[in-house]
Amino acid sequence: MAYQDDIALMAHLMRRAGFGAGRDELEARVAKGYDATVEELLNPESQPPVDPYMLLRYQPAALLPGGQPPMGNVNYMYYLVNSKRPLQEKTALFWHHVFATGNSKVDNYDQLLEQIHMFRNDGMGSYRDLLLKIARNPTMIFWLDNNQNHGTAVNENWGRELLELFSLGAGNYTEKDVREASRAFTGWTFETKIPRLPYGRFPWKFEYRPEDHDSGEKEFLGHKGNLNGEDIIDIVVQQPACARFICRHLYNFFVADESQVPAWSIEPPRDPKAIETLSKAFTDSNYDMRSVLRVLFNSDFFKNARYQHLKSPAEVVVGTLRLVGGYETPMPGYGELSMQPSYMGQDLLNPPSVEGWHTGREWINSGSLMARINFVAQQVGNPDLPGVKAIIGRLQSKGTLSPDQLVDSCLDLLGPVQVGTDTRQELVDQAKKWGQVSWDNASNKEVAAKHATEMMQLIVATREFQFA
Amino acid sequence: MAATQKDPVLVVLQLTGGNDYLNTVIPYNNGLYKDNRRAVGIPESQITALDKDYAIPNYMAPLQKIWDEGKLAVMHGVGYLDSPRSHFRSMDIWHTCEAEKVGTEGWLGRVAREIDPKKENVVTTVSFGPCLFRALSVQGVPVACVAGPLERYGFLPNIQEPTQRQEILQRFSRMYQPIAGSGVMEYMGTTGLDSLKGADILKVAPQKYSSTVEYPNTTIGNKLKGIAQVHLAGLGSRIFYCDHGSFDTHAGQNPLHASLWTAVTEALDAFMTDLRQHDQADNVTVLMFSEFGRRVRDNGSGTDHGAAGVTFVLGDKVKGGHYGEYPSLKAEHLVQGDLNPSMDFRSIYSTILDKWMHMNPVPIVNGTYEQPAFLN
Repeated sequence: MAYQDDIALMAHLMRRAGFGAGRDELEARVAKGYDATVEELLNPESQPPVDPYMLLRYQPAALLPGGQPPMGNVNYMYYLVNSKRPLQEKTALFWHHVFATGNSKVDNYDQLLEQIHMFRNDGMGSYRDLLLKIARNPTMIFWLDNNQNHGTAVNENWGRELLELFSLGAGNYTEKDVREASRAFTGWTFETKIPRLPYGRFPWKFEYRPEDHDSGEKEFLGHKGNLNGEDIIDIVVQQPACARFICRHLYNFFVADESQVPAWSIEPPRDPKAIETLSKAFTDSNYDMRSVLRVLFNSDFFKNARYQHLKSPAEVVVGTLRLVGGYETPMPGYGELSMQPSYMGQDLLNPPSVEGWHTGREWINSGSLMARINFVAQQVGNPDLPGVKAIIGRLQSKGTLSPDQLVDSCLDLLGPVQVGTDTRQELVDQAKKWGQVSWDNASNKEVAAKHATEMMQLIVATREFQFA
Repeated sequence: MAATQKDPVLVVLQLTGGNDYLNTVIPYNNGLYKDNRRAVGIPESQITALDKDYAIPNYMAPLQKIWDEGKLAVMHGVGYLDSPRSHFRSMDIWHTCEAEKVGTEGWLGRVAREIDPKKENVVTTVSFGPCLFRALSVQGVPVACVAGPLERYGFLPNIQEPTQRQEILQRFSRMYQPIAGSGVMEYMGTTGLDSLKGADILKVAPQKYSSTVEYPNTTIGNKLKGIAQVHLAGLGSRIFYCDHGSFDTHAGQNPLHASLWTAVTEALDAFMTDLRQHDQADNVTVLMFSEFGRRVRDNGSGTDHGAAGVTFVLGDKVKGGHYGEYPSLKAEHLVQGDLNPSMDFRSIYSTILDKWMHMNPVPIVNGTYEQPAFLN
């Protein structure tokens, strides 16, 4: 029983710090230990990176990331499904939620992928450095019009969202601060873009133009002087509101669902003590994300928050594909797979706005619920996929299964998934219609495998399965 | 047109991103317009006068037609006090009618609950968009959210054998029993059961539909076509919601604003024509809003977030004309460089609720507001 608890806790860690894990991996990680697994996740360099050349061999057009379905999505999905560095990939997705930048305007998947790659490389380092990097990121500059923010004509788009959505949260600055911050970022732009035709797209590069910078005196959050953008960032990260805001984002993403971001200036956090603990780690470590995440994953509030988080569409799709397997090579059909999160309300690399996606229960509406269930049921219902085969193999090794045993074994191997007693009863009633399943000859084996996949389809259609 | 007892229907078209009021209804004789809009001002050769004071850009031509028919109400200076200039907070305020705190109930969700308190029709509200708009969201009030084509809407479409499908869907519906007080599980239970029912009902709409009208093949064209299909199928839907955007024209405003409004007005034109040809336009009113207007002085290529904006109401029962006052462009009257709102958005909701939906607006918009008389 104690071993089963270890498996359940490890499954929880892997769902949150990654995109779930099959039973073989969970057993190996339990053998290694929880603390050691957390350290491995926090130090992704110990595992090999995704090989981009594999992608190019199968999908040469990945170098031309336009098209429909967009090759940018294919590229991103390939990394999400195949990364051996789950927390690095999950943290990159976290920052994509926070620094939400979208192709609807950027119209350049290369640049968006480059931004995601920056989140992979720097997302677990210093938040202060990351904020400076994103301020200099040409994709972000274009997305929030800072290339149009001139010393003689201030454009507030970047300045405002920096404070409202990327660092402090509404209510922690004045309209004047927005103005002054925007002035400080005048002249932060990118090099002239070469027209797309006839040679195709060229990489964008940050450029600082002193002649376009407003070098007059500014007053921002009580600090006076000839402030430049980097000064603004240094002032911002020192604000207690910044620690609370970023840690609340972490809590909402990794621990348990919070209210939507616009409500944070008014509604207290779900667990104020947890935010305090994380904020202290944030400040004490000089904004080192790795240190904050270490505190988070080792805390009791994290370990106890099982199934308190409604899976995002990316978690649904990537988690399913990693579980069922067979998607290690970027074969034809990857394009359609990469569009699945968008059918459930999360178009990766193209959030609806700079606010990013609304999370938690707002993922669920009649259309998205249908899309989630239909997609996962189709995958776990396919006995040819290696992960599904492995589950059936484990079931077979248990020998003849009563209806109760079939249900409990499937729940266990798909998670373990926790379901309510009424839900479990429905599943058992369905299994009773089939009677006990056995594997003693070829035709029984076939029937047993069919019922096992049917049972798994019913399980993934439950409400409980929508949580992680 | 025969006298009708048809139930009134409201179509809401959300212009997401903050539509620029000054370049939508242009005060073309006002020197301050030209002074403030040196980069993005629309020249007189590219505008059509509505009257001696105001004009719309030529790229909104289909709206001109509705104006000439006397079916377009232009609501001026719409907003609310202390505009936060944040897209998200502003949109929340429009959706929940709560300007001081975070509202939990969407105003149209309340309307749907009022129309159908026993939830007899799960397609009372149908939304065409990628997500459930907060305006529609009230615990326990069903909304059919159609994200893709109507034809593909349904659970487990791969299970088609009729008896097996029936058995599985029955088990599904038992597993989704919403247990009161169970929070998000209750919400999911209700959503699951409602979508199960809604899918069966909505399936017929595209099958029953035939029309000579060709909608522009744009996202908003397809959404309005879907709305027409459901409306014309006579399924008892009373609230339709859709969106278009993004109107957040900080940079490169003019070509962007033009393509957005071309798409919206062409789609609206097809929609109105379609409904009229089927003699089903007289019980439909369209409300078209954006979360805020944009700054008076342009920033050299676009415009930043502002305060007061313009809202349109149109339909065959609408009394066309100007309502309210265009806020002053004089520097001393601006609030932080923005037009000062002269009409509360809840006034417009109040008229629609009182005169069109025939319900008491006060508990829905959280207060009593003056009602501009754009509906009889």
